[in-house]
Amino acid sequence: MKLTRRQALAISAGAALAVVAGRAGSAHAAVDDTEKAIQDFTGGKSPETGRIRLTAPEIAENGNTVPISVDVESPMTAEDYVASVLILADGNPNPDVATLHFTPMSGSATATTRMRLAKTQNVIAVAKMSDGSVFMDKKEVKVTIGGCGG
Amino acid sequence: MSNAKPRIKVPKTASKDEVITIKTLISHEMESGQRKDKDGNTIPRKIINRFTCTFNGQEVFSCDLDPAIAANPYFEFSAKVPESGTFTFEWVDDDGSVYSDKAEIEVS
Repeated sequence: MKLTRRQALAISAGAALAVVAGRAGSAHAAVDDTEKAIQDFTGGKSPETGRIRLTAPEIAENGNTVPISVDVESPMTAEDYVASVLILADGNPNPDVATLHFTPMSGSATATTRMRLAKTQNVIAVAKMSDGSVFMDKKEVKVTIGGCGG
Repeated sequence: MSNAKPRIKVPKTASKDEVITIKTLISHEMESGQRKDKDGNTIPRKIINRFTCTFNGQEVFSCDLDPAIAANPYFEFSAKVPESGTFTFEWVDDDGSVYSDKAEIEVS
């Protein structure tokens, strides 16, 4: 089979489009996964803003170890406390980062850890209170060197 | 395999019902399962997937970890101390090993 110049051009243009479409598809998948993880965690509720504060650097030079802190306003009594906090990163190969579980014995709902970021993206923290209400905070972190290897 | 070495920092004394800060670190490579070796084979995932801190048997703080937690997982969190006692820390590896450490605190 011999291709004419016109057919060859049409085929390569088609291939290029397919590649672009594939890329866009995977980028959306990460955001969709994040959305789904939030919904699974909250049981379908949309989180409100406030009460939770996520602290992350604006620019992370090394994505291999990025310090993040969460701080949730709560009296932390047996009747009213923060049950858990879900941490997600919407641009990593897998959005899950960690789920922190607090108890009234925690005294205050604050925690600091270090995470990996593959590229510049949003870090999201969702807090679930003992009464079932949910709150969210989000920070964009710019990453200079990605931290997922490979 | 136990090259995972936990390090913890807990104050020695506290006053009753004081909220103290605890810092923990454990040396562990936290292999994400995303990386490939030089032959292109995926390096299998091996991470610490759970961390718990209990005080006199009662849970204070715990965490489910995913591969996005950095190597040598570090945690800083707080705890309310109602009485003298022992904090117990446990890290659970993907291979089932459990690394643990303890710290005493005295309430004056």
